[in-house]
Amino acid sequence: MAKIRREKKDSNGKYRKERLDRGIKARSDTIFALTSYREALYLVVPRAVTIIGLLILPLVLDIWWTKVMIMACVIAILALSWDFIASAGMLSLGQALFFGAGGYLAGVLNYYWGLSPLYTIPIATIAGATVCTLLFLPVLRLRGIYFAMVTFAMPLILVRIIEATRIWGGIEGLSALTPLPNLWVSAYLVIAAVFACLFGFRRLMDSDYGLVLRGMMDNDQAVMAGGINIYWYKAQTLFIGSAAGAFIGAFMTHYYRIVGTSAFSIDYSILPVACTVVGGPGNFAGAMFGAFILVPLCEYLRAIGSWRIVLYSFLMVIFVVAVPEGIFNYLERKYHQFEHWVKTG
Amino acid sequence: MAGMLIYGLINSIIFALITIGFTLTFGISGIANFAHGAFYVAGAYISWHLLNSLGFPYPLAIAISVLVTGFFGAILYRFVLFRVRGVILSEVIATFGLGIGFLELFRCLGLTGYDYKLPKFVDGSLELLGVYVDYQRLIIIVLGAVLLLFLWFFTHHTKTGLAFRAIAQDEHTALNFGVESDRTAMLSLGMGGALAAIAAIAIMPLSLIAVEEGHHILILALAVGIVGGMESTMGVIVASLIFGLSQIIVATYLSPNYTMIVMLAAIILILLIRPSGLFGKFKELEERI
Repeated sequence: MAKIRREKKDSNGKYRKERLDRGIKARSDTIFALTSYREALYLVVPRAVTIIGLLILPLVLDIWWTKVMIMACVIAILALSWDFIASAGMLSLGQALFFGAGGYLAGVLNYYWGLSPLYTIPIATIAGATVCTLLFLPVLRLRGIYFAMVTFAMPLILVRIIEATRIWGGIEGLSALTPLPNLWVSAYLVIAAVFACLFGFRRLMDSDYGLVLRGMMDNDQAVMAGGINIYWYKAQTLFIGSAAGAFIGAFMTHYYRIVGTSAFSIDYSILPVACTVVGGPGNFAGAMFGAFILVPLCEYLRAIGSWRIVLYSFLMVIFVVAVPEGIFNYLERKYHQFEHWVKTG
Repeated sequence: MAGMLIYGLINSIIFALITIGFTLTFGISGIANFAHGAFYVAGAYISWHLLNSLGFPYPLAIAISVLVTGFFGAILYRFVLFRVRGVILSEVIATFGLGIGFLELFRCLGLTGYDYKLPKFVDGSLELLGVYVDYQRLIIIVLGAVLLLFLWFFTHHTKTGLAFRAIAQDEHTALNFGVESDRTAMLSLGMGGALAAIAAIAIMPLSLIAVEEGHHILILALAVGIVGGMESTMGVIVASLIFGLSQIIVATYLSPNYTMIVMLAAIILILLIRPSGLFGKFKELEERI
């Protein structure tokens, strides 16, 4: 690894590189006190670039890359949902369960009762989230690792059950479902959903409600001592998180016009975690950032086939061990700092 | 009836063999090794290669692959988990990522199809209470019994084994008595890996070596561990008996397809009634909230 150069020498003397937080950051850490338009711009620009950039993307990309963008948004929502559940101290290795529950519910409603996507998607979102929350309700009384183990096992067991009992089309799944009107509707629907999750979760975590969730992660006993029923809060968190996952599952069912056991596949569990870890966990923007790096990379590397999973599994491990803050948090830190040379002698 | 009992017992021993490495690691170091399935497949894959690509004799191939897999376990601790120790989130993500990464790596290296099959130790079968049982399954029973006895002896009568139990019961007190926590955890992961490889080499001759087996084994180990209580050997034995016998009963009277439903129902039931598992005792207060 290259060492960062922090010192230099020329004919005038020796210099040392000094790194300082910008004034706006130094005055207060997260709640910014603005004193000029320049400072307002400084804060607005990164957010505006994200929003406007994402809104413009479907207009400028060709069809293939638009589909990649939709896939990136889908994984981004799963990653945001993972990050939200994780920020309440629950470690989910089974995002595929949320995805599959929403997907299958929408598929069944559409296939057997012929409901249009206008109804199936909202119903599948709420019902899927309810089912997932009820399934995990017994685990909420146990800490971290048990939750991870049960969430990991659950989607894989459900796949086996569907394959064995041949319900809902068995291995072939349900096909020829009602499609969404066109690609534009699909693209802007997921973009709207990404914004809703990203800014909604960020706002929620900044509110008093989010304070309780953060408290549960740091020290659940202290939160309990404060007279707060943490099971109830955990169930709510799980419901919100799984609703996001179920929504995107239902969306994908109508987008692909087919739902099968691949909705529970381990890809949908591992890729969101990989995206969050690479992007940077804890502030949601990192999760989305990670999804928009990893998913296009994967699509670009489609030629290498199943090596992709190897690639992002190992990338995830490298990041969690060596760069735990993630790319986004690193960039954010750099954005809030400036560097200059100071004469030392 | 006799057949059901015998095959139920064999099934139970298979469950116990699969799980024992996972629970050993968890009980001692508190690390849930999600790479357990990868170790399992790696053990079989390495011995297959030693046997068929390099032409080693079978016993030597078995010994080497068990040692190598155990060594991988120790390396996993020393170079990955050591750096993220104590942060549950990072521990889980690291083992989970490595597990899936290695399983998929095996797939990329060509671990698909019908070529990958380990030979049975001894061919042939035996009539037992009117049921034909092949020698491989009998060997599994004997191996399971011997391994459980060995583990009991190891944890009760050797210095390292006692250190394992000390760390599991109270890390700080154990540290005061000069038990090195990191070395013990490294050893526990190494032993977990070696046990997974032993299980794989004993069980794999009954079927093909496949990547899916890795995920399957991990689910089974998690299910047995959750139902029995993660850190208790007694729990593993009892839960394996429950699963092994119920699987055979369900397969005989209903249909083999329903075995997974039994597993799911057992997990949910246990979590509702006794969240720390049937025999999970001394960590009950810590793990529960």
